[in-house]
Amino acid sequence: MRVVFLIPTPLRPFAGGRSRIEIDVAKDPPALGDALEALWQAAPGVRDRVVTEQGEVRQHVNVFVGTESCRWTGGLDTPVADGAEIAIFPAISGGVC
Amino acid sequence: MKTVRLLVGTAKGVFFLRAPAARTAWQVEGPHLPGRAIYSLAHDGREGRQRVWAGAASMHWGAVLVPTDDWGRTWDEPQEANVKFPADSGLALKQIWQIAPGLDAEPDTLYCGVDPAALFHSIDAGKTWEVVRGLLDHPHRERWQPGGGGMCLHTIVRDPANADRMWIAISSGGVYRTTDGGRSWTARNAGIRAEFMPDKYPEFGQCVHKVVQHPSRAGRLFAQNHWGLYRSDDAGDSWQDIARGVPSDFGFAMTIHPHEPDTVYIIPILSDMVRVAPEEKLRVYRTRNGGRSWEALTRGLPQRHAYDIVLRDALTTDSLDPAGVYFGTRNGKLYASKDSGASWRVAIDGLPSITCVRAVVVDDRKPARRAKARRTARR
Repeated sequence: MRVVFLIPTPLRPFAGGRSRIEIDVAKDPPALGDALEALWQAAPGVRDRVVTEQGEVRQHVNVFVGTESCRWTGGLDTPVADGAEIAIFPAISGGVC
Repeated sequence: MKTVRLLVGTAKGVFFLRAPAARTAWQVEGPHLPGRAIYSLAHDGREGRQRVWAGAASMHWGAVLVPTDDWGRTWDEPQEANVKFPADSGLALKQIWQIAPGLDAEPDTLYCGVDPAALFHSIDAGKTWEVVRGLLDHPHRERWQPGGGGMCLHTIVRDPANADRMWIAISSGGVYRTTDGGRSWTARNAGIRAEFMPDKYPEFGQCVHKVVQHPSRAGRLFAQNHWGLYRSDDAGDSWQDIARGVPSDFGFAMTIHPHEPDTVYIIPILSDMVRVAPEEKLRVYRTRNGGRSWEALTRGLPQRHAYDIVLRDALTTDSLDPAGVYFGTRNGKLYASKDSGASWRVAIDGLPSITCVRAVVVDDRKPARRAKARRTARR
């Protein structure tokens, strides 16, 4: 099955300049973690900015499956449907004044 | 023509300042790596390099080491994060607090110190980094506690004559020494008081803020602690209190004169509860006798209504004679002295909060290429 990742501007240098990456995910049905693993294969630099080296989504990054943040839908176990859009956003909690 | 370059790390990027050896007018370039907190900068001039390393942290995207070989015109942003904890550690990098190029005899060696407290090592000029296992697996680790800035390994001191011996400092864990190239580490805190613990002289757990050593006096160390000023004449085996004649022995910053091993600079802070300049006067204190006495250096520094403080790596010297001394404040002022601290001028005001300052003297026969957002500050 196939999912679409939406890449935020600051991470596009690590994604070959792309704002949108369509990925085939081998596992069917996949969880968000499976889809992200497929993304990391295509863009390992994105991985290190989105998750820590322990594989946890960074504190000030939000990953949405459709319109729901994965923080409220099961984290990396969130189910992903064929054709789903997965969007990565910098959280508004980040940044320093 | 000799040029002094100041590397200035701030809460929102890197700034480079440049001046001829007379050090009267500073040209400012930046910000580079805008928006990222730069807690560590280092210049690597070994083997003809003019490389600057920045420890750059984004609150969103994490921390990486980023080098530039052309004073910021281009930065070699790593595609994959270059400093990462191994999976079995369960740890994740928060901040890179210190970058230390190796000795001249090991031109491709670098170290960096990070939060959570750990030491990383590169032997290929920074292409790849490995955690130093001897410290990562230290049995004391579970009892180290974070300070206000996190649980950071913020200081790396090499023995210039012995590549196997070095000291590191952790807030709050204390000073640790290795004599076998990092395979094993022993706490070296005897005589350092831990004001904030029931046992005032524990083996470890002290909150050391900075340790300095003059390269000509290997093993003679000076330490600025979270309360306490100390000197060790025996490579850290024992420490003596040298806080005589300072308005507060609390502070972060400490640096040593490039040519005078008995001359050390500090910038005291009122207390850990208040954290402003003591008596509302911004003063650098200097000892010229290894800590037997201290003198206030005030000419050109605000002596009324001064509340600014200076962080642990934001005080430094250049290698000229007379030495330049520089410090940057939390409020974004960079002060410069071209006479070993006798007098001071503001090199630039209005930067973001300054986290670290380094000075490099380079032979700048080729003019630096124009960078974005250039400004000139003349005082």
